[in-house]
Amino acid sequence: MMNETDLHFFIDSTMNYFEEVTNEKASAGIPYIKDEEPVVLGYTGIIGISGKRKGSIYITTNEAMLKEIAHIILGLDDIQGDDIKDLVGEIANTISGNVRQAYGSDFMISVPVVVEGKAKDIKMPDNIQSFVVPLTWKDHKSFLVVCLE
Amino acid sequence: MSDKIKVLIVDDSLIIREAIHKHLKGFNIEVVGTAEDGKVALEVFKKTDPDVVTLDITMPEMDGLTVLEEMLKLKGNVKVMVVTALSDKATGLKAIKIGAKSFLPKPFTPEKLRDSFQRLIAQN
Repeated sequence: MMNETDLHFFIDSTMNYFEEVTNEKASAGIPYIKDEEPVVLGYTGIIGISGKRKGSIYITTNEAMLKEIAHIILGLDDIQGDDIKDLVGEIANTISGNVRQAYGSDFMISVPVVVEGKAKDIKMPDNIQSFVVPLTWKDHKSFLVVCLE
Repeated sequence: MSDKIKVLIVDDSLIIREAIHKHLKGFNIEVVGTAEDGKVALEVFKKTDPDVVTLDITMPEMDGLTVLEEMLKLKGNVKVMVVTALSDKATGLKAIKIGAKSFLPKPFTPEKLRDSFQRLIAQN
């Protein structure tokens, strides 16, 4: 069963991503348990987790934030749609890959699946609680959703 | 021209392939190929005979550690820098034990990438 410490591993990993890549800190709001209300923005990167722990995580955000981060990474003004779509998957991959420092190498992650466009919701395992962490980086809002056995 | 270091960039992320290419531009290199999964990486490796490979681990088709083993069978002296989000020590040690010459955890800054690359190409 997932606990507060588990959630902190993911939050710390997410904070580290923003600071390392953009040199600007993000902040995390108060986590809550996901209910029926959809938590999905324009671009979503999803990672399946298997091995020692099972479940999935996703980060969902908007085009403007991804464009700004892609601009920082590539130093280009003209950011293409493929880069934006790819980036949200790479962020999800990096956040979940980095938590192996806490869980060890039995914590297996999938390649990312990216959902573009505002889906009705992102389907997570029914039998496990999902925790939603609101994130703010600069003026941009996004959400990290963690669902772990 | 012929003394340029031939580099192959392997990562399933387009933006990471582009970032590595861009940030290594200051070196005397020629990027001879890029690949988005393990199988394609081996095909491009055979065709282009690179001196250096930057190699992701979590990829479709074939994971990077398996690719690393296959590349070393084909060319024992290729210098491979593993660039991965799997930043735990055990994964790093495993990559080095198989034969990677360098291990760079994601997320990386341009400076960390260039420093790692510089150290890699300076190795005998």
